[in-house]
Amino acid sequence: MMLDARWSRAIAMLPDRLAAHLGVSAAALALAIVVAAPLVMLMTARPRLRAPVLTAAAVVQTIPSLALLALFYPLLLLVGGLTQRLAGFGVPALGLLPSLLALSLYALLPLVRGGIDGLASVPPETLDAADGIGMTRRQRLFHVELPLAAPIVMGGLRVAAVWTIGAATLATTVGQKSLGDLIFAGLQIEDWALVVTGCIAAALLAIIVDMALWRAETGLAERRWRKALLGAAMLVALVTGVVGWYWQGRAPAAAGRPVVVGAKSFGEQYILAELIATRLRAQGVPVVVRSGLGSAVAFRALAAGDIDVYVDYSGTLWDNALGQKSVVPRTEMLATLRRELPRRHKVLVAASLGFENAYALAMRRADAERLGIVSLSDLAVRAPNLRLATDTEFQSRAEWRALQAVYGLRFTRMTAFTPTLMVRALTGGDADVITAFSSDGRIAADDLVLLTDPRGALPAYDALLLVGPRRPDLVALLRGLEGAIPVAAMREANWQVDRDAEKQTPAQAAAWLADAIAAGPP
Amino acid sequence: MIDFAGVTVQRGGTAIIDDVSLSLPAGSFVALTGASGAGKTTLLRLANALVTPDVGRVCVDGADVARASAAQLRRGIGYASQGVGLFPHWTVAENIAAVPWLLRHDRAAMAARVATLLDLVELPRGFGDRFPRQLSGGQASRVGLARALAAAPRLLLLDEPFGALDPETRASLGDRLVALHREQGLTTVMVTHDLADALLRAERVVVLDKGRIVGDGSPAALVASSHPAVMALIASPLDQARRLAALRHGSGQ
Repeated sequence: MMLDARWSRAIAMLPDRLAAHLGVSAAALALAIVVAAPLVMLMTARPRLRAPVLTAAAVVQTIPSLALLALFYPLLLLVGGLTQRLAGFGVPALGLLPSLLALSLYALLPLVRGGIDGLASVPPETLDAADGIGMTRRQRLFHVELPLAAPIVMGGLRVAAVWTIGAATLATTVGQKSLGDLIFAGLQIEDWALVVTGCIAAALLAIIVDMALWRAETGLAERRWRKALLGAAMLVALVTGVVGWYWQGRAPAAAGRPVVVGAKSFGEQYILAELIATRLRAQGVPVVVRSGLGSAVAFRALAAGDIDVYVDYSGTLWDNALGQKSVVPRTEMLATLRRELPRRHKVLVAASLGFENAYALAMRRADAERLGIVSLSDLAVRAPNLRLATDTEFQSRAEWRALQAVYGLRFTRMTAFTPTLMVRALTGGDADVITAFSSDGRIAADDLVLLTDPRGALPAYDALLLVGPRRPDLVALLRGLEGAIPVAAMREANWQVDRDAEKQTPAQAAAWLADAIAAGPP
Repeated sequence: MIDFAGVTVQRGGTAIIDDVSLSLPAGSFVALTGASGAGKTTLLRLANALVTPDVGRVCVDGADVARASAAQLRRGIGYASQGVGLFPHWTVAENIAAVPWLLRHDRAAMAARVATLLDLVELPRGFGDRFPRQLSGGQASRVGLARALAAAPRLLLLDEPFGALDPETRASLGDRLVALHREQGLTTVMVTHDLADALLRAERVVVLDKGRIVGDGSPAALVASSHPAVMALIASPLDQARRLAALRHGSGQ
């Protein structure tokens, strides 16, 4: 039964995401073609430009698409700021525009390459004949060069189309709806039905588009117009059908801009976004959720008004939003954030939710009790005989340097793992101490203890509910969440989503959490 | 028909056509020949403005080719080259009708013209629906010739038209060309590196060497030339002919 529910939920998410995915891919490809065509013409006329342009396109290709998408976000914020000041209108920095720009930049190389190689493949004696019988440049281009270059040009177009459809899954990280919504959400909460559905849909889409283009290509090459038209018609039908469906579906919501609830790409964020959305809907506010945002993007998206409300953590904001590197006591950090965020970014702290999601060191309860370890100071004495397992980034983070500096921690051995394997290393006896996030559901489930930090070496990561400048009225609507979620409740909700048996969806965990909040502190 | 007046063409600092003056009257069948790199193809391409002179003037029918629209000029001149350069995505009929199509002749007239031209170059009419990849080398050359003649030009420019063909096909096509030249009242200029070909078919042979004219006259006059470059060109076919004749009389060397 559980399995069926998960699949049907994944499939229910599909039409909307599929339409958006196809829409953004088609638009990006169209934009790339519009840019590539004159570039190819220019380079064919001036072969000297070939090397620099192709090198530039190849350099773009080496940037991971995820990074390229993320890079466009601050760039567009900057451009938007300029146009706002100079022309009085802003540029949306989140969603469609950065995805469109990054994806079309990415599609440029295969298109330009295909164009140049295609035109270069036309035999010189054919060109000479075209000139010799009195064709104009234009006639030569449209009646001889392009038809003969078509197979190679179309080859480039097919590569570009498949890449774009694949890379468009990453548009989720800059807030563009796509099939990536399913994949990212599924990966984070380990819901394989979502991941598989998203991947299969993206793959099928790529295959269908590739087939349609292949039909058009071979039809053109063999001069079988019906076949070529059929391929083209397949594409047009696919794009208009799916995108039309999408617009029809979203027409009623266009009345007023709904509140946009943001979520970064991990389970706790999905749960909290659902919790906030449900609470706002109950008070009659139309809401959409934009989940899977990149960690660096989320705060800026809020400050720029692209999302209206989301949860972030004090230690992260201290660094990202205020640019502070020092570790200060928890209360001082909170006070500074409450004062400085409105002043510098027009972002309001609606509530401190009552739990932390901080870096901490954890041990099996039995070990901690046997060795008499409660705090990091106790650990420092025993550490030289113990083994530490960390996540992949911990050893390069400021937190680890702070722990070494303040407590003088030294271990027999330190090994980096992916988070799931790290916990297994501890429960399986391959490690004695691990790094952990304090709201992680596995802490309670695996009976781990978090070591206290009496000397305040680790920064606080209080979960703060932030409200952006467009909807300050939300502060009043969400005030009830102040201190409402004890860490035990958050751990339990996270565990419901993380565990393998009786796995819940983020919405189900959010509903459970809402009930727990309503019931009040135990 | 064609007048070259003090024409020089420079490429990378050297003159590939060096101060050439030449007048080819209407109705003549002229062969341009010479060693490779002598400039014969360049001289031919000056006549339909595929090459423009750096110095001097080229006139066709008394009009400076540099002043006319190049595309318009070329539609009035038949042109076929060694590579043939049939458009691979067009049928034989479409290839032949290329110039009439550019000149916006009507469909029926083009179809009739294609049939006439297939007859002229001695190809079955059914070939009109074939694609160039379905033709042999000789057939493709015939289609190239038909394309050059399609709009009934008065001037025909041929650049090694049968260069890549076997001797038999080459001989039969060469004969067909001479016949067409007479029947259609053409002025024909043909580039060939094969001096025997030039001497046996043309009425007038122009020999080029390093961008200059070193011999110009009737085949008979040229065989008697004492210019070293001309003598060098003639030596090998003459020698071949002599040896073949000797072989035939059973008195090999």
